[in-house]
Amino acid sequence: MLQETLVLFKNVRKPGYKGNLASYKAEGGYSALKKALKMTPEEIVSIVKESNVRGRGGAGFPTGLKWSFMAKNTGKPSYLIVNADEGEPGTFKDREIMLKDPHMFLEGYMIGCYALGCHHGYIYVRGEFVPAMKQLQKAIDECYEAGLLGPSMWGSKFPLDMTIHPGAGAYVCGEETALLDSLEGKRGQPRTKPPFPAVAGFNGCPTSVNNVETITAVTSIINDGAEAFKELGTPNNSGTHLVSLSGHVNKPGVYELRMGVSLKDIIYDLGGGIKNGKKLKGVIPGGSSTPVLLPEEIDIPYDFDSLMKVKSMMGSSAIMVFDEDTDVVKLLHRMVRFYNHESCGQCTPCREGTHWSSMILRDFVYKQGSAAKLDRLKRVSGNILGATLCALGDACAMPILSFIEKYPEEFRAYFADA
Amino acid sequence: MFSPEGQKKVNHLLSRYPVKANALLPVLHLAQKENKGYLTPEWLEHAAKLCEVPLAHVEGVATFYTMFKFRPLGKYHLQVCTNVSCTLCGGSEILEHLEERLNVHAGHTTEDGQFSLEEVECLGACGYGPVVIVNEDYHEHLTIEEMDAMIDKLAKSTEEWPERILPITGASSS
Repeated sequence: MLQETLVLFKNVRKPGYKGNLASYKAEGGYSALKKALKMTPEEIVSIVKESNVRGRGGAGFPTGLKWSFMAKNTGKPSYLIVNADEGEPGTFKDREIMLKDPHMFLEGYMIGCYALGCHHGYIYVRGEFVPAMKQLQKAIDECYEAGLLGPSMWGSKFPLDMTIHPGAGAYVCGEETALLDSLEGKRGQPRTKPPFPAVAGFNGCPTSVNNVETITAVTSIINDGAEAFKELGTPNNSGTHLVSLSGHVNKPGVYELRMGVSLKDIIYDLGGGIKNGKKLKGVIPGGSSTPVLLPEEIDIPYDFDSLMKVKSMMGSSAIMVFDEDTDVVKLLHRMVRFYNHESCGQCTPCREGTHWSSMILRDFVYKQGSAAKLDRLKRVSGNILGATLCALGDACAMPILSFIEKYPEEFRAYFADA
Repeated sequence: MFSPEGQKKVNHLLSRYPVKANALLPVLHLAQKENKGYLTPEWLEHAAKLCEVPLAHVEGVATFYTMFKFRPLGKYHLQVCTNVSCTLCGGSEILEHLEERLNVHAGHTTEDGQFSLEEVECLGACGYGPVVIVNEDYHEHLTIEEMDAMIDKLAKSTEEWPERILPITGASSS
């Protein structure tokens, strides 16, 4: 039986844990910050680098490396911005941290700010997450009262402020440069890179943007050391991660697991198998942007590298499961409608391509499909891939191509002459 | 244009950013809250002044984001998620049922101004689908029967305009 490995959720899973400052401190909270304040910022960055923690927002970029890219001695302020714009369909882990253990996240954030020399932290939370924002604001207020935040962070000479910045309902703002534009008070449209945010990010200053879960992991990395964190995962995929399990499973939810446990076990052990005793039809392994897997492909370790080997991605560790009764053409149409709606409109292949894809799929749903239209759909997707500033276009094209490849019969059933 | 309490929040907000232009999104949220849930040309102009940016910029920003509205909303704003996980669990059926029951299409408001129905994209609560946000509160694992019971209750409600708060004031360091 697959068990959870509790690191980030060690408090959350304790019965009666309230998530406020008093209960967090009772569990030994803010000891990592105490430890960190005795180190130099460079030491903290090198420990995070050593732990090899990879970004949990979807791209899996090594966090320590990202931090080490920050331009130094520029004469401008540096920023560490937290991305809590959790919008990838299927993902609901950051919300869980913010609602249930906000202080563990804030502690990691304070350590990060200290390491990068950032004196004002902004947490970009998606606008719909009002309950999470309330909880987080309460925690921030507690920190100000306790002197953890303010003109001298916990008695150190380091002033630190924190502000929650609400988004307003745009999926694309989860992309880090779009997020920065949105934080600056603009339309959230991804920027041309270079310059990378580490050189010119928020208001043109050196900036690092990190996911809530990544920042929370920093707390445990400083507490237990880089080696302990590495041992939790597989080589090159260190630590635990929060897996969001949803769809047709008996026990959906967020589970904390070591990197590299079997994907099949997650669905059948922790998830309690498929609802109503149905058969599995497919698994979307890392949020709706990732290529779908067939039931025979899921007996693999669940980590960044293993998913790459089966030509999919782990993305934000969001597993969506669907059973034999699911109409995959309709499901794909719904997914593509989402990308069409959320395309920021900046790059032609994405703006036009997502619209065309959605239109062609609508023809299929109304049983007006044909071999020519299927070809056109593939061509449109092929023309989006790699041709846009950010990954939103790719995120639309990849599922389309994988659905057509893996369920060709289902599309044929929607041909007008079928 | 802001109430004294709202103005206080705005001032505090503006002080939290290196330049005033950065505060545009939260300022628009606050303006929308003061104006019963939607923005008017006058409010956009006021936001432009407060954030020291051109009006055209504010219009461009406000129309980019789906959470900013330009028409009055109903007293209860029902936001039904029909994205992948919710649809797998019956979100589309809930939306269809609500359209029928309230006799409006998604994106519209009932004639009595009690309900606005909106189909929304992923709300980030995928394991608890189907999910519907009513004003600002998440309702999870909904069934059609539960939805009906909620509508019955809200339809009879005579409360004043329900508070829609955004906790975006930022703790004061002073």
